[in-house]
Amino acid sequence: MARQPQVGWLKDGKRLHLQDGPIDLIVEAQGGREELHAAYAAAIDRFTGLLNELCDELKLLRSPADPARCELQGPVARRMHAAVAPFARDHFITPMAAVAGSVAEEILGAMVHAAPLARAYVNNGGDIALHLTDGEQFCVGLIDRPDACGLMRTTTIRADDVARGIATSGYHGRSFSLGIADAVTVLARTAAQADAAATMIGNAVDLPGHPAVVRCPANELQVDSDLGSRLVTRDVGPLTYQAIEAALEAGKAMAHRLLGQGLIEASALHLKGEIRVIGLQRADANVQPAVLANESMIHA
Amino acid sequence: MSTDATTSDKIRCDACPVMCYIKPGAAGACDRYANHDGQLVRVDPHVLLERTVSHGGRLVPFQASGDWDGKLVHEPDVFVTAIGAGTTYPDYKPAPFIVSSEIDGVDMVTVVTEGIFSYCGVKVKIDTDRFLGPETATVRVQGEAVGHVTTSEYGSQMLSLGGVHHLTGGSKKEGRVTCDALMDLSNCKPVEMTIDGGATVVVQAGYPPIVNGVPEERMRVGCGSATIGMFAKQWQGKVDEVVVVDDHITGVLSEHQAGKVLDIQDTGIKMKGRRSTPGRYFQVAEPGTGWGGTQISDPLSILGPFDPKVAKPGTTMLMVSTTGEHAAYYELDDALKPVEKTMPPDLQSSVERIQENCEPALCTVLFMGGAGGSLRAGVTDNPVRLTRSVKDALTRVTCGGAPVYVWPGGGITFMVDVTRLPAGAFGYVPTPALVAPIEFTMRLSDYAALGGHMDHVRPLASLNAGEIRQVTPPPPKTGAR
Repeated sequence: MARQPQVGWLKDGKRLHLQDGPIDLIVEAQGGREELHAAYAAAIDRFTGLLNELCDELKLLRSPADPARCELQGPVARRMHAAVAPFARDHFITPMAAVAGSVAEEILGAMVHAAPLARAYVNNGGDIALHLTDGEQFCVGLIDRPDACGLMRTTTIRADDVARGIATSGYHGRSFSLGIADAVTVLARTAAQADAAATMIGNAVDLPGHPAVVRCPANELQVDSDLGSRLVTRDVGPLTYQAIEAALEAGKAMAHRLLGQGLIEASALHLKGEIRVIGLQRADANVQPAVLANESMIHA
Repeated sequence: MSTDATTSDKIRCDACPVMCYIKPGAAGACDRYANHDGQLVRVDPHVLLERTVSHGGRLVPFQASGDWDGKLVHEPDVFVTAIGAGTTYPDYKPAPFIVSSEIDGVDMVTVVTEGIFSYCGVKVKIDTDRFLGPETATVRVQGEAVGHVTTSEYGSQMLSLGGVHHLTGGSKKEGRVTCDALMDLSNCKPVEMTIDGGATVVVQAGYPPIVNGVPEERMRVGCGSATIGMFAKQWQGKVDEVVVVDDHITGVLSEHQAGKVLDIQDTGIKMKGRRSTPGRYFQVAEPGTGWGGTQISDPLSILGPFDPKVAKPGTTMLMVSTTGEHAAYYELDDALKPVEKTMPPDLQSSVERIQENCEPALCTVLFMGGAGGSLRAGVTDNPVRLTRSVKDALTRVTCGGAPVYVWPGGGITFMVDVTRLPAGAFGYVPTPALVAPIEFTMRLSDYAALGGHMDHVRPLASLNAGEIRQVTPPPPKTGAR
């Protein structure tokens, strides 16, 4: 019998929480009662065993992606590869860079396939796959660091926008980053694309050789990291404004390139309280101090 | 090929099919499981009650009775601590990076994860006059710098350990060792430390310090001068001279004001060291772990020759340390040289009286942490109001239910006696950073006034009070800790 993932409802009773190993999903859909039932059942069904599928091909998934061909078999694995392939010719990247978004997409796909839904999302630790039908929209909050009552920006994604994926990458994250951004959030056509692009832009926000940046070989932190001995960012000390600007400019250059190639729709780059936004025509520029109502880490 | 140590230290996590290899001090891909000294443990950053509740987690009420009447929660006999608020029962673990909150008009939030940055450390008070090391000397655990010797206090040596510099400013190993040492000290476990140019000491909160392998028993009763003042009358008529040997101020009965008042005659004694006031001598010897916190093992080495114009053969002399731990009795021979003799019983009892008046020597550990920054946001949408509320004493800060001292000035920097917290209250994240519980208690009306999240306030009774969270006992320490 397959291992069963953890399935539960969050306290509000509206959002489904699915967890298995390192995968955490928050799922919510809107639609008719029966449709919702079918969609959530499909999400749970598809989620069951999904981690095992991925682990079956873990070795290949952790290897640098071949830009030209894909030997992976599973649909999620192949989606991961497809998302990173555009970057693989010029950069080091493994399919793992798109795992979160690809899983989110897979679950959302199963839900939408099971029943017609007005709108739905699958949030995989901040990497989010969206489903929108005519007239629907999502309001998305972007936060650079949840531990600071810092800036919060919102943006609205409407059904007539092409973006259906959101992802965030940064060195504070569970996944290692080669760059120093606190957070790079990307809107893209799919969650997997957004995930891979956020990783790439996050890597590009960097100050190579800067003494304030503490780096460490990834495999010293996690023995089997797909990044091998590449240096990942562990801490970023105080930076001058000029340094922050230089790092953000490097990230912006990458973001503009990806925007031009149609790989992303928009991106917001955060570093030490500085924000750069690329491609967000309808940037709700209502940058306002705000805090998460009930989310706060204590690191006393 | 030889197997190197790092390879064998790895453990393979079997919690999920990813089967991560995890090195000591590191966490797996999920950030939930980590290798702590070869043991697979769960690690979780500390979060406020609210999220655990929102994820269906359980909390840890100290007593499962009563309801919240809106008064100070501490007053009735139920007090909810933050211990364990960040964890849930086994197998179900909301990841720290999942954000499930809903904000007005916002459907979802995308974040990276918590930015862990920890300002914390411990202040250690070691009741001993023995020389532990020079002021500002580096304190090491497993060879790594974890802090320093700070200014001495009355009868005690003080260490300042941890802090952000050692936790995150040095090498990876320094950070990990510091984090481990802080957590062990905070959880009342023994930690062996060596001080550059000084002693090796085992510190355990609530227990006597072990200095160079010898458990300390008692604090000194007072400095040498104070001891003369306290016991002069009991010595009167029983002995001609008393020297109380002390690293700080050595006292001499016949010269001391207390002796003068009692008409004790000069004995012709000649002390080494620097005379401060009559009968009070500084620096009779170098500091050390011998008599009275000096380096000496033969107390006569601090005496010069007796003055032949004053001294008489047969003069009796007691030499005793400020703890009564060391004592010897002498009589001057015909050449006016002190010769050790068996101590008369009534002098022996005065030595025992000194011992009796010495309090047991203990190590005390105060955890000190700054809660002035991010965590306030979980309490109120206007964080500075929480700080002000604490300063105005409207809000009570506790740490795992224990009272704290909140430093005046900016932020909420507090200290707490770790022995007053329940066992295992402190945790860590591999950042490395320490995880400590903290609670803010205030009247509901005050909470509303400071911009609290009123919509998230819930009655105490709803906190699943009948259930007790299972706590995995911390892994046993290996090695000579």
